[in-house]
Amino acid sequence: MLVTERKPIDEIVRFIGGESSVFLLGCDGCAAASGTGGEPEIEELKDELEQRGIEVTGWKVIDFLCQKALVRTSLRPFAEALGRADSVVVATCGVGIQATATVVDKVIHPACDTISLGGIRGEWQGEERCAECGQCFLEYTGGICPLTACAKGLVNGPCGGAKDGCCEVEPDVRRCAWDVIYERLERQGRTDLLRRAPLQVKNFAKMQPPPEIRGTRKWAIDMKTTEGATT
Amino acid sequence: MKLTDLFNAGEFLITSEVAPPKGTDTAEMIENAELLKPRVAAINITDQQSSVMRLGSLAASQMLKAREIEPVFQVTCRDRNRIALQSDLLSAWALGIENVLCLTGDHVILGDFPDAKPVFDLDSVSLLAVAKGLNEAHDMAGNDLEGKPDFCLGAVVTPGADPVEPQLIKMEKKVAAGATFFQTQAVFDAEAFTRFMEQAKPLGVPVMAGIILLKSPGMARFMNKNVAGVHVPDLLIDEMANAEDRPAKSVEIAARLIREVKGVCQGVHIMPLGWEARVPAVLDGANL
Repeated sequence: MLVTERKPIDEIVRFIGGESSVFLLGCDGCAAASGTGGEPEIEELKDELEQRGIEVTGWKVIDFLCQKALVRTSLRPFAEALGRADSVVVATCGVGIQATATVVDKVIHPACDTISLGGIRGEWQGEERCAECGQCFLEYTGGICPLTACAKGLVNGPCGGAKDGCCEVEPDVRRCAWDVIYERLERQGRTDLLRRAPLQVKNFAKMQPPPEIRGTRKWAIDMKTTEGATT
Repeated sequence: MKLTDLFNAGEFLITSEVAPPKGTDTAEMIENAELLKPRVAAINITDQQSSVMRLGSLAASQMLKAREIEPVFQVTCRDRNRIALQSDLLSAWALGIENVLCLTGDHVILGDFPDAKPVFDLDSVSLLAVAKGLNEAHDMAGNDLEGKPDFCLGAVVTPGADPVEPQLIKMEKKVAAGATFFQTQAVFDAEAFTRFMEQAKPLGVPVMAGIILLKSPGMARFMNKNVAGVHVPDLLIDEMANAEDRPAKSVEIAARLIREVKGVCQGVHIMPLGWEARVPAVLDGANL
């Protein structure tokens, strides 16, 4: 399980920027348990956005956003609403946001920060990895996390070490994360995002599990969040 | 003496570099630096280049400074976190070092300690921002400094990267963070470099073209296969292969490249890789 926190609404609205309509995606897995991406939270997010004049063309909570095949099939009935939206706001963990960005050929805005669970991991079906940094900046990187996909974890752009689009660390097998990011943003006509991205400096203190979670087992967190949700 | 002062005076700058030894015998490094001294404005001291553990660049920079050779202290983010980086920068200023080149650094896997923990707490861009902050009398956390440095901050760029736009965007970020000059990865194609400079020119910072002395066709092929952002055109490889006197040809090629690029950039940075003694001939050939 990956524990998430909802980003402040102002940050999400800033990500949406000049776009006028969005489609919302939640996750009934870890994000629902975290109280960030379940149905009640998505409805709340919808209200918050609509109050700010942003049209929500539709929304869907999928069982596990980390499962790309499931995301693909679950979204089929929503093709029209999805197509009409300028972008997709995803309320889930870093893995789910990246998986969605891979499957949905649209601009993705993260609505959550993934905070550390110190070892208990969610589903990793593909190349999407989440370092649980608590400062999700997938907004600026086309939904691909360079903290995990770049061998050096570089967050402000590529080093000079890529050769023919491959990383200096494993040149035969590993693509340069920033090359992949650039490729996706170029396809979306959004490479200017890289220019606009604010200087990233990671707060490593946030990558430590929070005290209330450290040493807590998954079932206990589930219990706690269930209790919280019903009271 | 800051490189920016020289650029501002309109000088076409020449820098070169030396590598600290693996061990404590600094005689050869000093000898190389002394060889270069009469012809260059400053000498870079590499920071455990290729991630191979060596004597430190800070100590070596100070040793050059003591011999009235202007050092460019290279600092990478591979081996130190933000505390050590800031501390080493303050130490450098206290030792009289004025020019700093901020780099991300190669990955540890390329060196002789592939099992080391790669740090990369900061990267080249954030390191520049932090160093600029020190210049402004505060550390990264915003704490005031008692006595502050006034570094001339430099950075690197790879003009031969494909695609080049991400490099240009990062270059822009480096300028915004505090970079006041650039040294480039090795240039072998003057036309491509000229096209790069057209795009980099609006940033308004001096750029020094990187020049590597080609020693053999084998070295050129090796770099083409293994070194990121470096492409030696086939014509140059053939020229080298057909040469009777390779060292003379190497000098000729380097001098020609400098002549071809010097109109579009503000200086050259020569990486002799052991051929320090041939650098004066290269500069003579380039009329510098």
